[in-house]
Amino acid sequence: MRLPSSGNPSLVLLFGSFSNYNTSFHYLNFKKLAGKTLFDKIWDAHVVDEIPGGPSVLYIDKHLIHEVTSPQAFAGIEKRGISVARPQNTVATPDHNVPTVDQHLPIKDQLSQFQVNKLTENCEKHGIALYGLNHPFQGIVHVIGPELGITQPGMTMVCGDSHTSTHGAFGSVAFGIGTSEVEMVLATQCILQPKPKKMRINVEGELETGVTAKDIVLYVISKITASGGTGYFIEFAGSAIRNLSMEGRMTVCNMSIESGARGGLIAPDETTFEYVKGREFAPKGEDFDKAVAKWKKLTTDADAVFDKELTFDAADIEPMITYGTNPGMGTKVKGQIPAESEIEASNLKTFSKAMDYMGFSAGDTLVGKEVDFVFVGSCTNGRIEDLRAVANFVKGRKKADNITAWIVPGSKQVEKQANEEGITETLLQAGFKLRQPGCSACLAMNDDKIPTGKLAVATSNRNFEGRQGPGSRTMLASPLTAAAVAVTGKIVDPRTLL
Amino acid sequence: MAVDKFITIESTAVPLPIENVDTDQIIPARFLKATTRDGFGENLFRDWRYDKTDQPKTDFVLNQDKYSGTILVGGKNFGSGSSREHAAWAIHDYGFKVVVSSFFADIFKNNALNNGLLPVQISDQFLAKIFEAIDQDASAKLKVDLINQEITIVSSGEKEGFDINSYKKECLLNGYDDIDYLLNKKDKIEQFEQSRV
Ligand code: SF4
Repeated sequence: MRLPSSGNPSLVLLFGSFSNYNTSFHYLNFKKLAGKTLFDKIWDAHVVDEIPGGPSVLYIDKHLIHEVTSPQAFAGIEKRGISVARPQNTVATPDHNVPTVDQHLPIKDQLSQFQVNKLTENCEKHGIALYGLNHPFQGIVHVIGPELGITQPGMTMVCGDSHTSTHGAFGSVAFGIGTSEVEMVLATQCILQPKPKKMRINVEGELETGVTAKDIVLYVISKITASGGTGYFIEFAGSAIRNLSMEGRMTVCNMSIESGARGGLIAPDETTFEYVKGREFAPKGEDFDKAVAKWKKLTTDADAVFDKELTFDAADIEPMITYGTNPGMGTKVKGQIPAESEIEASNLKTFSKAMDYMGFSAGDTLVGKEVDFVFVGSCTNGRIEDLRAVANFVKGRKKADNITAWIVPGSKQVEKQANEEGITETLLQAGFKLRQPGCSACLAMNDDKIPTGKLAVATSNRNFEGRQGPGSRTMLASPLTAAAVAVTGKIVDPRTLL
Repeated sequence: MAVDKFITIESTAVPLPIENVDTDQIIPARFLKATTRDGFGENLFRDWRYDKTDQPKTDFVLNQDKYSGTILVGGKNFGSGSSREHAAWAIHDYGFKVVVSSFFADIFKNNALNNGLLPVQISDQFLAKIFEAIDQDASAKLKVDLINQEITIVSSGEKEGFDINSYKKECLLNGYDDIDYLLNKKDKIEQFEQSRV
């Protein structure tokens, strides 16, 4: 690379500013002796360099790539005449664009086939591990990372997909990046990032039966709004979060970005270690014990200070559902769409536009509204626990006639386990349609589209206009609520059917 | 994208004394379908440059021979509108290295810097002086000195300082973008990796 020549006056300037900077760095470190947050500990341990007046050079432990946001980045490094810096730290799988039927056949959609081929080519050329279609490890990036033990506490992880925040559930700093940043990581295993502010959200107390991780996160976003987390990295804490399974914690961290936050994370504990233990790429034997000893230090110090801190009472949380066109427009399933008088003046326009799109009115009761589609899947709720929750609920019941119900496992492994546990059979008997792993109707890049005007209750993470297909209408909810809706054909509080 | 080293530029300038030049004027949305960053210069200010029958409009500055150079001087609030990087690509691809204005839209400024185009923000008064100098003599030269962060009207010697983020300044001076910057940190990155084993 073109290093400045020594005769260049800019070089002097440059080093001048670096030495200035050192002084302030020590000062910062000194200040942090007062107590560090979990986020600080992981972030600071990965800072290779800091740029005066600029972002940090952050080292990335794991880079996940998929077919849609990586081709331009590979083209970029090839144009520079360089190769992937640390191919062993990158893992690839096609997920966004893949069909969820007949995955053993050539892909019919040409663009999709082209992108999948490109991914395969690029991985072969650069020596990157690829779990392609039909590979037993294939699936949605954010589902396979954790289930293969690739995701581990204390890591920095990135992927060209905003829901990379999912991996924060393990006590890692994980966030989504753009294509030019994918290129940065491929080229150098580092990324230039300004350090975000820190927020802690505590959820204390016990959740009522029928209230799940998805309800926690939809509740939190409905309280802080879809932009309330902007500029922050959120640590989720409190007894209600501690009591969640790893799958539940992933759901919470996954949707943290729907509040505008850069990402979310949860301190690792026995639940985390137990989950990671024995997985394909997790440390084994003595290495595992050593790793756990290190991971146990990944907590926020008692005297650490957050830029913002909020506490919610778990007892206030009920099954939640969204009624509008951003994930912050959510309320209790049993509740009503707010009246116009309850909406802040500055939001009124967005609200009315959302009501028009959804075909709802201010003040409407949600229970009883007829639904057309139920979608269970995505990196938010396409894991084995989610499928299990749906199967347990629908066992011995049948889906309503007006409902088309799709279940899309998050990965091949989830699919396999669902078969082994008899979940698949239960779901088929209840009239659900089972698809093959992929992002599917979460973003409808493949054929899995909700038709125009149809109303879907989805376990995914975004209810934007047209997200599930042009003109589709989406209400986000938990897998349990989705199961109850599938059975009754209408919006219903699942607790009334337990 | 590696960019040319930027140290000092002395050039005649193209005046565009219009306020609020937005990204849709810089590059109309219908020209955004390309998948690479090249070739956008052809359609820079398309609808101001050409009429409906694709004939050049003689009254537009880019079509007037007397104006040339690698510095574009725009009115206040240059680059407002959408976040599309294409606007900066188009100006750079056309051959400009500097855009001068008394105010830039934030995102445009960043996009410009990321693509080797230097936005020079000066006072309204100094901007007026520049326009005046070019108006009196189309071959009036401007000197943009990035190291000292100064812009000078060469004929009169009048100058004014401008601000730039020190990291971006370093990138421009050395002709590299964020990825080049990181590639230059290779040793540090390797040291970091070794320190963790
Ligand atoms: S399931 Fe949806 S949110 Fe998750 S990675 Fe795929 S497209 Fe993104």
